[in-house]
Amino acid sequence: MEPAVFLLQILIPALWQGLIVTVELVILTAPFGLLLGVLIALGRQYGGKTLSAACAGYIVFFKGCPLLLLLFMLYFGLPSLGITLPAFTAAVIGFVLCNAAYNSEYIRGAILSIKDGQMTAAMALGMTRAQAIESIILPQAMRRAIPGLSNEFIYLIKYSSLAYMITVVELSGAAKIVATKYFMYNETFLAVGIVYLALVTLTTFAVDRLEKRVSVPGMSGKISG
Amino acid sequence: MEVLAILLEWGPYLLGGIAVTLGLVLSALALGFLLGLPLALGQVYGSRLVSTLVSVYVWFFRGLPILVLLFLFYFGIFPALGLDVPAFVIGAVVLGLRGAAYQSQIFRGGIQSVAEGQMTAALSLGMTKWTAVQAIILPQALRISLPGWSNEYPELLTDSAVCYAIGVMELLTRASQIVSQTYVTMPVYLVCALIFIALNYGGMYMIRRTEEHFAIPGFGNQEVRS
Amino acid sequence: MSSEYILRVEDIHKNFGDREILHGISFDVKRGETIVFIGPSGTGKSTLLRCINQLTEPDRGRVFLDDEEITNCGLRICGYRQRIGMVFQNFNLFDHLTAVENVEIAPVKVRKMKKEDARAKAMEELRRVGMADWADHYPAELSGGQAQRVSIARCLAMDPEVILFDEPTSALDPELTREVLEVMKDLARTGMTMLVVTHEMGFARSMATRVIFMESGQIIEQGPPSEIMNNPQHPRTREFIGRIEH
Repeated sequence: MEPAVFLLQILIPALWQGLIVTVELVILTAPFGLLLGVLIALGRQYGGKTLSAACAGYIVFFKGCPLLLLLFMLYFGLPSLGITLPAFTAAVIGFVLCNAAYNSEYIRGAILSIKDGQMTAAMALGMTRAQAIESIILPQAMRRAIPGLSNEFIYLIKYSSLAYMITVVELSGAAKIVATKYFMYNETFLAVGIVYLALVTLTTFAVDRLEKRVSVPGMSGKISG
Repeated sequence: MEVLAILLEWGPYLLGGIAVTLGLVLSALALGFLLGLPLALGQVYGSRLVSTLVSVYVWFFRGLPILVLLFLFYFGIFPALGLDVPAFVIGAVVLGLRGAAYQSQIFRGGIQSVAEGQMTAALSLGMTKWTAVQAIILPQALRISLPGWSNEYPELLTDSAVCYAIGVMELLTRASQIVSQTYVTMPVYLVCALIFIALNYGGMYMIRRTEEHFAIPGFGNQEVRS
Repeated sequence: MSSEYILRVEDIHKNFGDREILHGISFDVKRGETIVFIGPSGTGKSTLLRCINQLTEPDRGRVFLDDEEITNCGLRICGYRQRIGMVFQNFNLFDHLTAVENVEIAPVKVRKMKKEDARAKAMEELRRVGMADWADHYPAELSGGQAQRVSIARCLAMDPEVILFDEPTSALDPELTREVLEVMKDLARTGMTMLVVTHEMGFARSMATRVIFMESGQIIEQGPPSEIMNNPQHPRTREFIGRIEH
């Protein structure tokens, strides 16, 4: 088959469909992964003994367990416990749980890098701990965590490919199917590689812009205290 | 209990996967180091061309998902080169090439954070650039890089599981086989997860001990005073 | 109904580990007094201030704000802290907020003031310390003296009954110290009750209504500046005054 025909009539439409699924996976995961990450970081840092330990345990498990294994557990394992999730849902849940664990570490690192004096001053003004965390600590911590969090977001884009292993036909899955059907391995995988590279590069660019927009003079975003 | 019996029966098989997994990880770490350090040196001290080539390499191998890289090499590149090698080798090569991309950036950061004054002093003593790099810059750069480099280990460990996709008989693949043969799912997966977690923290512990062993008083992760 | 003493400190003890930092500090403060604590570094003066607004909890002893006990009062301490201001050696301005936002955030969050009212109040206090023109600048853009003045405005926006100053000028270059001391002098003249830990003997001499000399976690001697600075009675006070006068 002519490369041009292959490209236009088969590959691009297939990859386009896959790209849509990938974007759906990422867009759904990101906000929840961020929110859960914040909660876990706060629980770990400011919670009592039990909560802090539970959050630490969460992080140990979901960082140490490979994402693919987690996906298998959610999709192949849960049915034996009576819970059957659609593949897409299982994928999103798995991504959120994993993403949150890594996010929480970046956020906690950022919280720790904030000078003690900030909390002290807030409390001296009569704020409760919760108020201080909400209006003084978190706004600064989240800014400082942007490099790390955006790093994780880019990882998310790439690791969304694992959803194919539990039958979600996202970008990589679409490529594999086409490649196997038409025996055009190198071409197809290089093509999908280019799509991922484009996604990643665009995201990096967008994140840089975001970082500049929310930056405050004197808060360089570097976690160096 | 039925589950327990099955776990005990298949335990050895699953544990055998540890050797394969660690084999993947250690090969990738080694390949990553052997390739990553020269890449870093090329980026910092090489010509514009060399530096650009390295940047492209890094961009490519960091930008592609590990799954796509495995597919590409397993179905595409290796067959196209006429190489018929076990999946394990392909997995180790891919993880290693990718690891080199990440590690080169860690080493680059380490090299660049060694204060310029160190190189100046070395040159003023009559050393060639190459000697200076070897004897003065690298020993410091490598120490500085150690914490960042040690993060490679957990990453490679969790990434090794993706080699399931090309049939390498590591931990996850074996766990899946046990599941499909015995229909016991969650217990097997959980045991597999615990093994990964144990390997993760055991490995990090060893690395931390190594870090402490090589530590120099007053030489932290902060800026090096020149 | 107000009591005679705005602040009463009774027998404060504080240990850190096995070191006793404060050995039973007691004193009273009348409204409008400016009390300056002097003494060698590391003798617990800063710890004492923190024990007053309970940022550090004393191991023993009690503190009364206008006859209400504020030690061991649980969450109610937040309410009391609104009435006690504190100025820190390192300013501790909120880095992610502009000067005016720094000053208005506590009235908004803690006093539940309306944003417009808080903003107006904040600008008023910034004007008072001479920083109104810098309202929209971030802490990183301010000099040390400017930052410290903003932090004083931040205290004032809460209308405190007493302000604690913990070595307010120690982190400042000599040229910048003056502008902060001027603000503090103005405050004292308006009748604000102030407790100041400082090494600025000039300020103590000119503005203090009472000087308290502390050493090794104890009050050695106290009295009007003319007595303590010029004619100390206790030998250790004499030794300290003698040293610093060189």
